[in-house]
Amino acid sequence: MATIPGDLPYIPAYEAPPTYLNVAHTVRSWLLTKDHKRIALLYLFSITFFFAIGGVAATIMRVHLLAPAGLLVEEMTYNKLFTMHGVIMVWFFLIPSIPTTMGNFLIPLMIGARDLAFPKLNLASWYLFMAAGFFILLALLLGGVDTGWTFYTPYSSRSSNTYVTLAVLAIFINGFSSILTGLNFIVTIHTMRAPGMTWFRLPLFCWSHYATSLVMVLATPVLAITLALVGIERVFKVGIFDPAIGGDPVLMQHLFWFYSHPAVYIMILPAFGVVSELVTCFSRKRPFGYEFIAFSSLAIAMIGFLVWAHHMFVANISIYAGMAFSLLSFLVAVPSAIKVFNWTATLYKGSVALDTPMLCALGFIGLFTLGGLTGVMLATLGFDVHVHDTYFVIAHFHYIMVGGSVIAYFGGLHFWWPKMTGRMYNEWAGRIAAALIFLGFNLTFFPQFVLGYLGMPRRYHSYPPEFQVYNVLSTAGASILAVGYALPFFYLLWSLRYGRLAGPNPWRATGLEWQTTSPPPKDNFEKIPVVTEEAYAYYKLAPQGMAALGSVAAAEARETGGGES
Amino acid sequence: MDESFRLFPEEASNLARDCDHLLYYLLGVSVFFTLLIFVFVVYFALRYRRKSDNEVPPLVPSPLSLEITWSVIPFILLMIMFFWGTSVYVKMKKPPADGMQINVVGKQWMWKVQHPNGAREIDELHVPIGRPIKLMMASQDVVHSFFIPAFRIKQDVIPGSFVTQWFIATKPGVYHLFCSQYCGAEHAKMIGRVIVLRPEQYEAWLAGAPPDEPPAVAGARLFVTYGCVACHAARAPTMAGLYGSRVQLDNGRSVVADDDYLRESIIEPGAKVVAGFPPIMPSYRGQLSEEQLIDLVAYIKSLGAGASTEGGVRPLPATQPANGFSPDRAPNYPPARQTPGAEPVEVEHGRLGGRPDK
Ligand code: HEC
Ligand SMILES: [Cu+2]
Ligand SMILES: [Cu+2]
Repeated sequence: MATIPGDLPYIPAYEAPPTYLNVAHTVRSWLLTKDHKRIALLYLFSITFFFAIGGVAATIMRVHLLAPAGLLVEEMTYNKLFTMHGVIMVWFFLIPSIPTTMGNFLIPLMIGARDLAFPKLNLASWYLFMAAGFFILLALLLGGVDTGWTFYTPYSSRSSNTYVTLAVLAIFINGFSSILTGLNFIVTIHTMRAPGMTWFRLPLFCWSHYATSLVMVLATPVLAITLALVGIERVFKVGIFDPAIGGDPVLMQHLFWFYSHPAVYIMILPAFGVVSELVTCFSRKRPFGYEFIAFSSLAIAMIGFLVWAHHMFVANISIYAGMAFSLLSFLVAVPSAIKVFNWTATLYKGSVALDTPMLCALGFIGLFTLGGLTGVMLATLGFDVHVHDTYFVIAHFHYIMVGGSVIAYFGGLHFWWPKMTGRMYNEWAGRIAAALIFLGFNLTFFPQFVLGYLGMPRRYHSYPPEFQVYNVLSTAGASILAVGYALPFFYLLWSLRYGRLAGPNPWRATGLEWQTTSPPPKDNFEKIPVVTEEAYAYYKLAPQGMAALGSVAAAEARETGGGES
Repeated sequence: MDESFRLFPEEASNLARDCDHLLYYLLGVSVFFTLLIFVFVVYFALRYRRKSDNEVPPLVPSPLSLEITWSVIPFILLMIMFFWGTSVYVKMKKPPADGMQINVVGKQWMWKVQHPNGAREIDELHVPIGRPIKLMMASQDVVHSFFIPAFRIKQDVIPGSFVTQWFIATKPGVYHLFCSQYCGAEHAKMIGRVIVLRPEQYEAWLAGAPPDEPPAVAGARLFVTYGCVACHAARAPTMAGLYGSRVQLDNGRSVVADDDYLRESIIEPGAKVVAGFPPIMPSYRGQLSEEQLIDLVAYIKSLGAGASTEGGVRPLPATQPANGFSPDRAPNYPPARQTPGAEPVEVEHGRLGGRPDK
């Protein structure tokens, strides 16, 4: 609608309701914000940036591996690439991904609070994250690190002549950012729930973030200590892990995995939370076995602390240690299986809509199942010996981390995008991206299971020719995957301007976060809601109640392919 | 089938079959559950597709019995995996006593191998079929990992300790040897070949290999050149009969003198001090290469196992006898090379993967 200046009567400009986005526009108002929603967006930009860097490293490696002798880079460059890929993807993307963006944005909204318990700490955690990011980029620009993300000693503390100390410092600082986030969530969930929001009315997203936060707070300090010791040994030659000066290299592995196995759960538990929300909303069902899903998160978080040495079955640990850690690793598989069965059963007799977030959630269930089952294979002692440190392990954890966490991240991002921005993205573009990611992912990583069983070790710059076929397949898959990842970047940006207005509740979901406007006002709710029922009371709604829940923006977007508002 | 599309590596050791059988069970369970979930997800998603935007599905109760069922069934299947996997692992970890010992030292970026008669090779390992082989491995620098896919064995070689691995090769051929633990720039080049021969071919190969001192002989020499003999002739315990015996320590405990104990006694003598002796032995950390350590241990071993291998305590000599060292007590290994100029044995194979060349 064009306005013609001049003799028309004065029509006051439409006053957009103040949202957390337009309360202030200065750079300062962003950089010094204490609003959990703005901090979530700061994190979103930062981790997207790091995801791109990690992705570029992966792309170069996959192209390089097209030929047995390697196509693109020198040995040392290759080694630095996989190290950067691992370090950046683990600490600068996966660990912060869901908690710092969706967790930060949604936990207060879901429990009916105005912010997290410690808004300043929340901002501090972002600054720590950025400081860590600065050091890791510095290490990258100065020449890189080649130890692998595992920093095994004595290679890292004695042998490598790359920027190990700087990288270790970056991860050390990054750890504090995680700890602050975890602490904030725990205190918030304990103390800031709206009246009537009992523990068993909490959305499963909050339960899984609660479990994640426990792990963050308890495990991350051990990583900080370990890496500090690596740094100290490297700089001051104090014999801690290096046997040449009296240290014990296996001790480092124990300490490292004491953090890094639970870290796997820091990466996957939030994804469980997201998927629980998606599956329930898009089948309009109370989660099947709510308590089982909730407690299995806690069980996983706790048993997860006792399985670390399954990464060390060939590191000369005793047979008995091997048995104990194998047994505990099997136990952790049970609650994971419970989750998968419950999600699947939630669909039963539901009202299933296959929008992009749901496609991601269903893809997640399949890929996580495969990742979990191959994880169980790896926990099997006699089998692990053969496939340990081969591409089988690479494939396994990418099924969990990418097929699981990243797909859940994308699903969640699409689901809450209208809440965060007030706009719908293009539904068909979303579905195409989800399909490409699913297909590309499987083509990339499934061949790696075979490669691993055939014996191709990980971190190999070149390889015997008979492994080529599977490497080529994998690279082909990776190129599809890359397109799948690039697409959302464009259509989500596009939606910011041209997307259909979402309204408060485009998906007609029941959670508290949908009862406020999109994007929410600065203080989340006009009035703090009083909770009278669980977060998934779909069955109580009559069809009129369902219609009253929200606009049909999503349904319209589905029909028209999104667009124009 | 096209060679490049193979799904399983060659089975060339006694452990390979065990690992593959385990794999079949694991695959069976995995495929079953993946299909189960897949079928249900797809079926439900299509069968219960949303028909109208205002649709409200009914509440479906989640019975406890169902939750218990799908916890207990996986649990049982998992426990089968656990016991089966463990039994294979235990077998892998328990070398038979009569194995032929081959020493392997890993260093950036090569594998150095030495056979009992002293014959050496680099990045190659010749072994006979049908005979238990015990690898005694050490690393000169960082962690490496000794991996032979066709044998389904892998063992991290950790600096600062000896590690062992055993197998019986079952199928002549040439197979890959990989380092599977990242160890620096040329990690991907720390690869080699395992050449499995029939026993007579192996003997012929040994005879044809360039001669070298057997480890125990080299150890005997080191025992003199490094001055061990100076003390261990008089003020320090004898080495004779030490190996495998139970040693009384000054802190009241006792240990069995195995390879690792001997290693520790040389590298860090203060860690376990023999009862009745002053802790005067200097540490040899950093002075002896891994190969020299292996040689010294081989030498001490060659001086005879303790009379009290079954756990008795080796009597402490009141007066030190003539020490363990005497050249004529060096073990009686066959000379490294009997047929000078013998041609290296031709092996009828040539390509990796164990198939003979056509
Ligand atoms: C300065 C004298 C001295 C020298 C040189 C010396 N040792 Fe010793 N060694 C001792 C004494 C004393 C003990 C017993 C006390 C102890 O356990 O430290 C001992 C103990 C040992 C033991 C454990 C013996 C047992 O009965 O359990 C071994 C093995 C050993 N030495 C090997 C060596 C080797 C190999 C060398 C040379 C590389 C060497 N030593 C050089 C003095 C010496
Ligand atoms: Cu783990
Ligand atoms: Cu290596």
